[in-house]
Parts: sequence; C-alpha cells; structure tokens
Amino acid sequence: MTTLLHDPPTRSTGTAPAVLVQDLVKNFGATRAVDHVNLEVTAGEIVGVLGPNGAGKTTTLRMLATLLSIDSGRAQIFGVDVAESPHVVRQLIGVTGQYASVDENLTATENLRLFGRLQGLSRHDARATATELLGRFGLEDAAGRPLRQFSGGMRRRLDLAASLISRPPLIFLDEPTTGLDPRTRGQMWDTIRTLVAEGATILLTTQYLDEADQLADRIAVIDHGRKVAEGTPDQLKAQVGSSTLILDLAEMDTEGRAAQIAGRVLGTTPFRSPEGRRLNVPVSDPGLVGDVLVALRQAAIEVTALQVTQPTLDEVFLALTGRDDEPATREEIR
Amino acid sequence: MTATLTAPAPLVRNDPVAGTRTHASLTDGLRQTGAMAWRGLITMRRAPEQLFDVVVQPLLFTAMFAYIFGGAIAGDVAAYLPLLIPGILAQTALTACMATGVQLREDMDKGVMDRFTSLPIARWATVTGPMVADLVRYLVASVLTFTTGIAMGYRPAGGVGGVAASILLVIAAGWSMSWVFAWVGTIASSARGVQGISMMIMFPLTFLSNAFVPVDTLPGWLQAFVRFNPVSHVVTAVRDLANTGTVTSQVAIAVLGCAAVVAVFAPLTVHRFARRR
Ligand SMILES: Nc1ncnc2c1ncn2[C@@H]1O[C@H](COP(=O)(O)OP(=O)(O)O)[C@@H](O)[C@H]1O
Ligand SMILES: [Mg+2]
Repeated sequence: MTTLLHDPPTRSTGTAPAVLVQDLVKNFGATRAVDHVNLEVTAGEIVGVLGPNGAGKTTTLRMLATLLSIDSGRAQIFGVDVAESPHVVRQLIGVTGQYASVDENLTATENLRLFGRLQGLSRHDARATATELLGRFGLEDAAGRPLRQFSGGMRRRLDLAASLISRPPLIFLDEPTTGLDPRTRGQMWDTIRTLVAEGATILLTTQYLDEADQLADRIAVIDHGRKVAEGTPDQLKAQVGSSTLILDLAEMDTEGRAAQIAGRVLGTTPFRSPEGRRLNVPVSDPGLVGDVLVALRQAAIEVTALQVTQPTLDEVFLALTGRDDEPATREEIR
Repeated sequence: MTATLTAPAPLVRNDPVAGTRTHASLTDGLRQTGAMAWRGLITMRRAPEQLFDVVVQPLLFTAMFAYIFGGAIAGDVAAYLPLLIPGILAQTALTACMATGVQLREDMDKGVMDRFTSLPIARWATVTGPMVADLVRYLVASVLTFTTGIAMGYRPAGGVGGVAASILLVIAAGWSMSWVFAWVGTIASSARGVQGISMMIMFPLTFLSNAFVPVDTLPGWLQAFVRFNPVSHVVTAVRDLANTGTVTSQVAIAVLGCAAVVAVFAPLTVHRFARRR
C-alpha cells in the first residue's frame, strides 16, 4: 500500500468470522509446534481444539492472543489481522491461559481492580466491576485473601473473571478444567455455557474428549501440530466409521439364527454377548438396519429392545491419531 | 423525509471492531503507568523485605565506613562525613536500581505478564510502572542516609534546601541509572543472571569513583577513570548541593548525564521488552 502511511486495520463487515486461521505455523528451534493449521470460528460458536499434551494447542492459542509471534500463515480476529494490528485484537479478546495469569502478590479484588484500571475503567468502575465479577464467580468471601490460599478451582475462576472485565466478544480458554475435581469442572462448564448464551464466542482447548463433546459445537482435533480432523461431535464420530446395532432377544435359543441373519443382511460379523441374549452387530450402512428387523420377523425371532450406538469420542480419537495413550496419564507425566 | 423514519439504520453496533483503537495514546500509557505503579506499591507493602537493601545499607555502610576510614582519610569521623554521606547516597541508589532489573526479569517470567501482554495497553507502561513505584525506594534510601549521618554528627552546610535538592538529584540519578539495569533485565535469561551482570557494573562504578576517597589520593591512571565515571559527577554534585547549597556546573553535568542515560537506555529497554517472544 503506497497511499497510506498507516493502513487502518481491516474493518469487519459484521460477517467476518470471529477467528480465521490459515496455514498457521510455529517452530521452536527444530520442533514444529504448529504445522499449517486452518481453523474458522463463527461468531456465537463454541469451538473446541482437542488434542493430547504437546499437540500444539497452547502454542496456537498464544499466537491468536498476540502472545507469540506467528512464523508463517495468517490469523484474523473478527477480520483484523493479528500480526498487523495486535492492539486492536487485544481489545476483542479475553484470554484465560493454561496457567494462572494473575498477580500472586495481590488479593483477588486488587487483581481485578488493576486489570480494570489498565483497561481504562475509572477507580470507581474498576472497584464495582471487581465486586460484581467476584460475586458472579462465587469468590466474594475470598476477595481480600492472598492468592496462595486459593484452591486450583478458585484460581481458574479468578483468571476467567479477569478475562471478562472488558466484556470481550471472543474468549480463549486454554484447558479450562484440567486438574479440577468433577464438581468444579461442572461449574466451569455451566459458566462457559452462560457466557455463550450472553453472546460470547469461545475457542477452548481440551485434552478431555467428554469435555469437547459436552461443550463444543464444533471440534478440531490436532496432534503433533497438525489438524487431523474437524467437525461436529457427531460428524467426527460418523467419520470414524460404523456405529453398532445392539439387539436384545426374547428367547435365548434364537441367538444363533439371529446372528446368522443379521450378519447376512449387514455383511458384518456379529458379536455374541456372554449372557447369550444380546447381539452386537457392526453397521456399515445405517439404511440396512430396517432390513435386519424385517428379516428377523420373517424368521419369527422376537426382539425385545434395540439400539444403534455411535462410537465414543475416545474411539474417534484413537482412530484419528492412531495413539492409545490416555490423556490422563499424559497429564501426570507432564 | 418520512420515508427514512420507517427504515431504521443497520445496527452497526453489532460490529465488534467498531470503536476499537489502533494504538494506546500517551495519556493512556501514563494512566496505565499509574496503575502499574499502584501494583508495585502494594507489592512493596506486602513484602517489606524488598526494602531491606535500601534500609540496611545506608545504616550499616555509613557507620562502618565512617569509623573505619574516617581517621585515615579525613583525620576524624566528623570531618569525613561531608565527604562520605553523598558517596553512600550514590552507592545506595545504585544498589537500589540493581533491584529494578532483577524485578523486571522476575516479572517477565511470571504468569501475570501474559495477562499484561494480552491487554490493550501501552507496552512501555509495564516497564515504567514498577520504576515509578521504585521512586519510593530511592526516597527511603536518601532520607535514611542523611538521618544516619546527622545522628553521627554530620551538619550539612547547604541547609534544608541543599539537602532536599541533593535528595532530588539522587532520586533522579537512581531512576535514570535503573534504566541501565532494566535493560540488563530484558537481555539476561534469568533473574540470577541479571544479579550477576548488575554487580559487575555496579562495583566498579561505585568503588572506582570519588564516593569514598578524595580523587587526588589515587594513582594517575585510576584518576582518569574516576573523573570520567558518571557516579563521580553525581557524588560531586550531591556534595555541592548538600555541603554548600550551591548549584554548580557539576550539578548540570550530573543532570545532563542522567538525561543521556535515559535517552539511550529507555528506548533500548522498551524495544527489547516489546520484542521478547
Ligand atoms: N517456549 C517453547 N520452547 C520450546 N518448545 C516449546 C515451547 N512451547 C511449546 N513447545 C513445544 O511445542 C509443542 C507444542 O506445545 P504446546 O503448544 O504447549 O502443546 P499443548 O498445549 O497442546 O500441550 C511441544 O512439543 C512443546 O514441547
Ligand atoms: Mg497446553
């Protein structure tokens, strides 16, 4: 551009996606932490980035949050380029990192007042916002206590509260529930859902498959810095392949014949359960499930219950990344 | 134009980018410096041991140097104090600004720095804020040094005005020099490294100066360095202000030197700080 000394940041037309990432790359020495990742988040969505420890989730978020330089590729937040206009991007995002980013030497209230003042709130407004946020996150009793007395869950909540002071339209959450007990985890999920209901867009990372399944409208699976899959939780499950037809039979002695019929119609090998009344039949084409039922009726085999289950996200993850180590054990060895 | 009333304007406020600013203004930066200084003061109040160096050093060094060197250098303790007190002042201020670099380095390694970096604030406010809070340290150091000296029999001939002016000069000099150490803070890889490098800068600067001995007692080759050493100029300027109450050319040189140090090291520091990632 030769006409302007300082290009104004590209103004969003209102239709720009909240996050647009193209071919994003980050190297640390010889390690390629993020390897040509593409991602798009529409305003109002919760998108989950799912991957094991070391997959490149934090590095990706830190580049989007202007905390880390981008080696190559492009990232835009509401149409504003992250590398060109970091100051504008910082006004659009709230960041809750994987590790607490609050000042250990200040109390909870002092932290929130400081961040409020830094973002241009008056003394009075900063104090009021701090009080309101502490109340909302159930921290009012701990407001004046030193942070070292805070539990992990309280720290996370304070950190999230600190990211919400300026009511940013886009919120980054890096592993918001890693290390939290189940109850605190559930509370965090509720909070995240509330934020979206209030109009925020959320990009979160997680190592937990159930968390992505529970919260995210869409999931991007990354491993070794590469995106290996993307879609709604259901699409991902479908992408991995067959669902399973489970048949409960009224009479035990019909099991052998039922297995034969179902296997013939679906073209797969049914598994018999030990108690002898339940058949698990892999389904390649869900359209054929009706044919199985028709064939069983013609053979006078009575079915008491049936269900078609989709694979769990664990199975999806295993199939997509070809690894079977549990996220929990990775967390322990970190 | 009744037609326009029935067709409402598009809701531009739905555009999140509308109303954002491309840079933090100078006034924003100054206000943010204020907020960061407030943080520094609270931290100081929570951990008063941070003031240990500026409290203990003036007391201990004044007494020690006065009784050990007083007789040898000036004949007696009382005669040595007008020479010594400004020297101790300069040395304490330098020690105090070493802490600036160490603190900056520690701050940069803390989790909260991510928060500061992700907020739409002026980068430099993160550096200047703690340095403004540090002014308190120089004030404590100066007042304590003078108090100790006066308790030991020092009677500054410059009077209240001269002493106040010399305290102001020490604060200004300490603050200016702290930019050098802040820069060291941004280039070293650990707080321990900052400490080591800072010591290597500080010891020659204070001891190879006129802070504790008259220059003409030194060998010739050393005199050249001592006369060139900016610390010597500050010490002489403080002596002139506190002991005679006059603004001499040494005061002007000291002030100009401080300005030069800030002019060089402040941009270097802020640049290094903003580029680190
Ligand atoms: N500052 C850094 N210096 C060197 N290597 C790094 C750094 N940060 C991350 N890495 C490496 O980059 C890879 C991705 O890390 P990270 O983004 O933290 O993964 P995740 O958040 O998914 O656990 C890992 O191999 C990690 O060791
Ligand atoms: Mg991580």
